[in-house]
Amino acid sequence: MTQRFRLTVNGVPAEVEAGADTPLLYALRNDLGLKGTRFGCGSGQCGACFVLIEGHAAPACDTPLWSAAGKEITTVEGLGKGGSLHPLQQAFLAEQAAQCGYCASGILISAAALLAMNPRPTESEVRAALDRNLCRCGSHNRMVRAVLRASAQPNS
Amino acid sequence: MSTVADSGLKRPGSLQKNPRLSQWLRVRGDGTVLVFIGKVEIGQGILTALAQIAAEELGVAPERIRMVPADTAVSPDEGVTSGSLSIQDSGTALRRACAHARALLLERAAARLRVSTGDLRVEDGAVQAASRSTSFWECADDALLDVEVDETAALKSPRDYRLVGKSVPRLDLPDKIAGQPRFIQDMALPGMLYGRVVRPPHGFAALTSLDDGKVKAMPGVVAVMSDGGFVGVIAEREEVAISAQRALRRAASWKDAAPLPQDVYAWLKEHAVEHRVISEKADAEARSRATKTLEASYAKPYISHAPIGPSCAIAQFQGDKLLVWSHSQGIFNLRRDLAIALGMREDAIVVRHAEGSGCYGHNGADDVALDAALLARAAGGRPVQVQWMRDDEFAWAPCGPAMALTLSASLASDGSIVNWQHELWSNGHSGRPGRSDSPALVAAWHLARPFKRPAAINIPLPAGAADRNAIPLYDIPSQRIVNHYVREMPVRTSALRSLGAYANVFAIESFMDELAEAAGFDPVEYRLRHLKDPRAHAVIESVARRASWRDWTPGESRGHGIAFAKYKNLGAYCAVVAEVEVDREVRVKRLLLAVDVGLIINPDGVINQIEGGAIQSTSWTLKEQVKLDERGIASLGWEDYPVLKFSEVPAVEVELINRPELPSVGAGEAAQGPTGAAIANAVAHALGLRVRELPLTHERIAAAISQSM
Repeated sequence: MTQRFRLTVNGVPAEVEAGADTPLLYALRNDLGLKGTRFGCGSGQCGACFVLIEGHAAPACDTPLWSAAGKEITTVEGLGKGGSLHPLQQAFLAEQAAQCGYCASGILISAAALLAMNPRPTESEVRAALDRNLCRCGSHNRMVRAVLRASAQPNS
Repeated sequence: MSTVADSGLKRPGSLQKNPRLSQWLRVRGDGTVLVFIGKVEIGQGILTALAQIAAEELGVAPERIRMVPADTAVSPDEGVTSGSLSIQDSGTALRRACAHARALLLERAAARLRVSTGDLRVEDGAVQAASRSTSFWECADDALLDVEVDETAALKSPRDYRLVGKSVPRLDLPDKIAGQPRFIQDMALPGMLYGRVVRPPHGFAALTSLDDGKVKAMPGVVAVMSDGGFVGVIAEREEVAISAQRALRRAASWKDAAPLPQDVYAWLKEHAVEHRVISEKADAEARSRATKTLEASYAKPYISHAPIGPSCAIAQFQGDKLLVWSHSQGIFNLRRDLAIALGMREDAIVVRHAEGSGCYGHNGADDVALDAALLARAAGGRPVQVQWMRDDEFAWAPCGPAMALTLSASLASDGSIVNWQHELWSNGHSGRPGRSDSPALVAAWHLARPFKRPAAINIPLPAGAADRNAIPLYDIPSQRIVNHYVREMPVRTSALRSLGAYANVFAIESFMDELAEAAGFDPVEYRLRHLKDPRAHAVIESVARRASWRDWTPGESRGHGIAFAKYKNLGAYCAVVAEVEVDREVRVKRLLLAVDVGLIINPDGVINQIEGGAIQSTSWTLKEQVKLDERGIASLGWEDYPVLKFSEVPAVEVELINRPELPSVGAGEAAQGPTGAAIANAVAHALGLRVRELPLTHERIAAAISQSM
């Protein structure tokens, strides 16, 4: 049984027709073409699919469409404003903070949620905030440096 | 003119198999250069490093370089992207090809301008002589480069490098950081269907029954396919394919698989079928000076590649032709095995590389391509994308092999090592496609007419596989190194980053510390006494100095340790100092590394690879072990296979020692062995007792403590 769901993704209203239990991940990726949110584990344990739901980092693989309907959702594609990259994304590039990059979207989302709550985190606060995200290539320290670099920007 | 080809000598790097200039380069009229390579981007930054080499040797701006993704239809066959060889294989070939191309372009430009090449002024492809000008872009045509590469063409001197040696930012990261589609998982082809495969819950069990009627009737399911024990589903929507996969799992019954060994290390020792002495030096006089003999056994478990993004492929039949997109490390070998498995001619299949998640060796990338191809047969010409689920990847991708090792050594009265023995027991470390008459692809073994599962093999020395780095670099007069090969595979094994080097270096470097202690020497001093190679001395002395090794302040539960290896005994030199605290768990506080990779192409790229290798090795060393129950792999999710988290990652400080006059070697696998060993040595230093079985978990440490009491 499919139903029609209204979502707000990156500030834009969208409609998706799918089963009510469809994970938000597949609606974002395959219906809305927002491929930056990625499948990693299907059970919210790795963070590759994190999106902001009402400002909180949450796994899109484990969020059914029915519960996402009507909420403000931000994906990695929507972090930047006015066509430019978010300060976090700029800082990730400045620090070359990735190897394969598959985990990067989810980590940017966790970092964005952190900076929204705590604009000047300490290094250990950054690490704690990213503990729900796995990185397998070993880019952790570069990513932590990038988050700290972005947090030092005046407008972040 | 006599060329290397005429003389019958081996051509450098990948030119051996791909000698024509046009296989590597196309200089276009629009001011860009297409560079064709057979090596693939797996997160190691190879596209960027090779683009730097091409731009440098051609003498053009890097923005003009377009790296063409590897494709069996257009790219040079460079085998597998593995073994930290891409800079050696591809970089060497590309450097020669670009030097020759530049010479040809300058000759043609000189002819056009009616001057000699010595009169030309050249900047970024623009060529001037007196008041006349032309450009590479005007001079180039495909016929000009349709020649064999002349590898005697003059190479630019490293002293004149402007791009090589610079930390050029990665070409692929802007897309990946912006969340733009870049991965194979992100490809969306018109009409694409989504596939999933159902495999036995454990091991290589056969299918006994499949009641798929309900699944076939699910809305959105296009087809359920079964061929012997290969069972899969394709659907219009991805979540429907996943629901159907779950339903099919409930609808399938399987025979019980053969039980797995309980004590893997004892089992390996009992099942070795080849016993190869890989190095033997007998010096009776030296051995007669022995006053003390030590022996120790070490063990390393099965380790999972565990990419964050499970493996993915897309396949599409176009008439009799098959198109496959894959993040395989060896697209030509994959094509060969696909052809065997599907009963097709190789030339009817095109495999195109598309970037995937980091793989760290041979994961499920190749296997999932056959899954997609088999399902595409039921898709009526529509493309089928298959991404493995997390448990598919843990259960069915090959693991890095478990290894058991026993070392013994004798010391003379002055503490020097006069005799050394190293024996190792392991399955093969290479089960990749392209090496056997039977496809090394999991679905092929489950078909109604199944192919035999090939045993993993070992690449021979000097690079080696299970025995990679088993021969110590230390100067020891009498030694015997034995590789005991186990063919039977209770768990599927294949290449995991650094192959046997991780376990061999862990054992050798742990044992060196044990010997140093027995001989009453400082570990740094003891290593240097047994090493002749000045590059080895340089990395060890440098890292010891930066770590203030001799000024260590002892503290309760704190320890530091050093380790060293030259990767494959052929490649990069790497020395590591680890600083740890041990309470309930081991916490690695800091890793310092000194690395010599010869001429550095991209310093930040090397540092990134070394940092990553060191952190991944820290994860292996402290946490990682594939859990087995009696029927198969029991680590099926991250809860059963914990890896290092952000809050557990140590500070990592990397120092590079540049050697512009020496050939470049790879950096991707240099750090794993010495990092693990340095941590083990630091833990032994902190505890005053040694843990010889990996990983160094709380349970292992507690067991070692209780055994010592």
